[in-house]
Amino acid sequence: MKTGFLTIYWRDMLRFVRFRTLLFTSLVQPALWLAFFGVAMSNNFDRLTATLPTIPGVPTVGYLTFIGAGVIAMTTLFTSLFGGTVLLFDKNWGLMRETLSSPLPRIHIIIGIGLSGMTKSFIQATVIMLFGLLIGVRFFDGYTLSRTLISVLGIMLFVGVFSLGFLFLSGAIAISMESPEGMQAVITLLTMPFFFTSNALYPVESFPPLLRFLSTINPLTHLVSGIRYFAIGNNFSAIGIQYVYTPNDILVSFLSLLTFAAIMFLIARWRFSKVSVT
Amino acid sequence: MAVDISGDIIEVENLEHSFGDVKAVDNISFTVRKGEIFSFLGPNGAGKSTVINILTTLLRLQKGTAKVAGYDVDKEPEKVRESIGIVFQELTLDRDMTVRETLEYHGRLYSMPKEERRRRTEELLRLVQLEGKGDTRTKYLSGGMKRRLEIARGLMTRPKVLFMDEPTIGLDPQTRIRIWEYLREINREGTTIFLTTHYMDEADQLSDRISIIDHGKIIITGRSWELKNKLGQDLIYLESSDNRAAAEMLRELGSVKEITEKPKGLVLMLSGDGTHLLPKLMEMLTERGIVITTVNLKKPSMDDVFVHYTGRELRDEGAEKMSSAIIRAGKR
Ligand SMILES: Nc1ncnc2c1ncn2[C@@H]1O[C@H](COP(=O)(O)OP(=O)(O)OP(=O)(O)O)[C@@H](O)[C@H]1O
Ligand SMILES: [Mg+2]
Repeated sequence: MKTGFLTIYWRDMLRFVRFRTLLFTSLVQPALWLAFFGVAMSNNFDRLTATLPTIPGVPTVGYLTFIGAGVIAMTTLFTSLFGGTVLLFDKNWGLMRETLSSPLPRIHIIIGIGLSGMTKSFIQATVIMLFGLLIGVRFFDGYTLSRTLISVLGIMLFVGVFSLGFLFLSGAIAISMESPEGMQAVITLLTMPFFFTSNALYPVESFPPLLRFLSTINPLTHLVSGIRYFAIGNNFSAIGIQYVYTPNDILVSFLSLLTFAAIMFLIARWRFSKVSVT
Repeated sequence: MAVDISGDIIEVENLEHSFGDVKAVDNISFTVRKGEIFSFLGPNGAGKSTVINILTTLLRLQKGTAKVAGYDVDKEPEKVRESIGIVFQELTLDRDMTVRETLEYHGRLYSMPKEERRRRTEELLRLVQLEGKGDTRTKYLSGGMKRRLEIARGLMTRPKVLFMDEPTIGLDPQTRIRIWEYLREINREGTTIFLTTHYMDEADQLSDRISIIDHGKIIITGRSWELKNKLGQDLIYLESSDNRAAAEMLRELGSVKEITEKPKGLVLMLSGDGTHLLPKLMEMLTERGIVITTVNLKKPSMDDVFVHYTGRELRDEGAEKMSSAIIRAGKR
C-alpha cells in the first residue's frame, strides 16, 4: 500500500476533468481576474506612478506585471483552501466509509488529496502565466530559454509547497466539519486575513507595524515573493517602490512555506486519526 | 496468515457500546464459524449496525473484545480491514463515478493487481447483471441497481469475511432471490458472511445460524429450525367467545407447551402433532359452551420465533398474515 495515495489522486483528478464546467471556470476565473482587475487597476496605478522618478539602473515594471504574481498566488490560495471539500462530501454522502474501512492507511488520503490539489494549482498557474503573457504581463522579460525554464520550475516549487500546506489545512477542516455551508463560511473567513495582509495586490511597505508583521508570517506573502523573484527578477521597482530579493530572502521564504506545509500536515494527520464515520 | 483458520472467524466477547446515554450494544457475545452465513435479526434500532461498525473498525471499540479473521479490531484494525468486505446499510457510492470506476476504485484501495481488477470487474458486472451499465454514472442507476453495484463492490476483493448490513433492502423480490443465490455461491467458495436483516425470510432462508437481537442484546442464537422447534412442533391460533376460560382449560392438556394471550386470541405452542389435536380441542371447547370464531394451525415461522422472544412483531406483514386471513375466510 505504499502507493495507495495514487488511488485517491486518481479519483480526485477524475472528478476534476469530469466536471467540465468546474474545470472551465477554475481556469477562466483567474484569467478574468487578471484581465479585468489587473488591466483596470494597472491603468490607474501606472498613471499615478508615471510621475514618480525612476530609480537609475533598476528596471521598472508595470502594475499588471506586479499583480500577475499576486493573481497566481491568490488563485492557488483559493483552489487549495477549497481542495479538501471533496472529503466533506465523501463523509456526508458515504464514500468515506468505503475508504476508511479499506486497508488504505489514512495518511494516504491526505497525501492523495494534497497531490491532486497541487496538480490543479500547477495547471491554473500555467494558464494564468500564459494568459498573462498574452495580455501584457512582462514575466521572464529578457530571460534566456534556460533561465525561463529554471524560473518556471522555481515558481512551481513555491506554488506546489504553498498549495500542499493549504490543502492539508483544507482537508483537516473538511474532515472536522459537518456541513458544506459551515466549511464554506470557515474558509471565507480564513481567506480574508491571508489575502489582505499579503503583498499580492499592493505593497506592504507602508503597512502599520502590526499588519507588517502579519504580512511577514503570511505564507501568501512568501509565495508572492518567490514568484516575483523568479518571474521578474531580484531587483526591480513597481509602484514607485524598489524590490530587492536576495537569494537568502527567497530561501527563507521557501523554508517558511515548507514549515507551514509541515505543520498543516501534522494537523491534518491528527484530525484524520480522530475521524470516525458512521 | 490469520490465526486459527479452522474455528471461529468472528469472536465477540462482552461487547458494549454507548452513544451518550443510549446503550446501543449491551454486553453481546457471539462467535461466527468459518464458512458460515450468520445473521443478526432485529428491529430498527436494535444495535445491528453498531455491531457491524465496530467489527469493521469504523467505530472505535469501547468495551469488550472483538476479533475478526483472527485479528483484534482494536489492536490490529489494518489487518482486519485487509480481511473484510462490507456492504453498508446506506448508499455509499460516488454519484459522479461510473459503475466501472466504482469497482476500479475499490480494487485499487485494496491493492488488487490491474489484471485481476479488470477481470473481476467484468465478472461481477455479469453476476449482478449490470454488464450494460459499466460506463453509466451511478446517479443514473435505479435504486436496485445501485444496491447490486454495492454488493458487487463488496465481493470485489474476495474477502475472508463479508459484512452486509441489510443487503437486500429496497430490492424487488426477484432481485432479492437472485442476490441470495449469489451469496450462497460465494459462501460455497469460502467467504464467511455476516449479515443483518429485519426480513424474516432472509434470515430464515439464507443463514446457517441466526441471532435475534433487540435493545442491544442477543436474545437467542441458533439454527432456523432449532429456533422454530423451541416453540414446539405446531402452533394453533384461536379466537373464541371467552379466551380466558379457554386458556385455563387448554393449559391442562399435556401436549400444550405454552399459551400466550394476544389482543383478540390465543397462541398455543404444541409439543406434538397439531393435526390430531385440533379437532379434539375444538370439541372440548364447544362442550364447555365456548364458541370458536377463528382457528388456524401452522408450523412456527421465524416471525413467531421473533414475536415469542421479543414480545413484539417485526413490521413484516408478509405471507404469514395473508395465509391466516385466508384460513379465517375459509372457516366462515
Ligand atoms: N452515530 C450515532 N450517534 C448516536 N446514536 C446512535 C448512532 N448510531 C446509532 N445510534 C443509536 O444506537 C441505537 C442502535 O442503532 P443501530 O444503527 O445500531 O440500529 P440497527 O439495529 O442497525 O437499526 P436499523 O434496523 O434501523 O438499521 C439506536 O438507538 C440509535 O439511535
Ligand atoms: Mg442498521
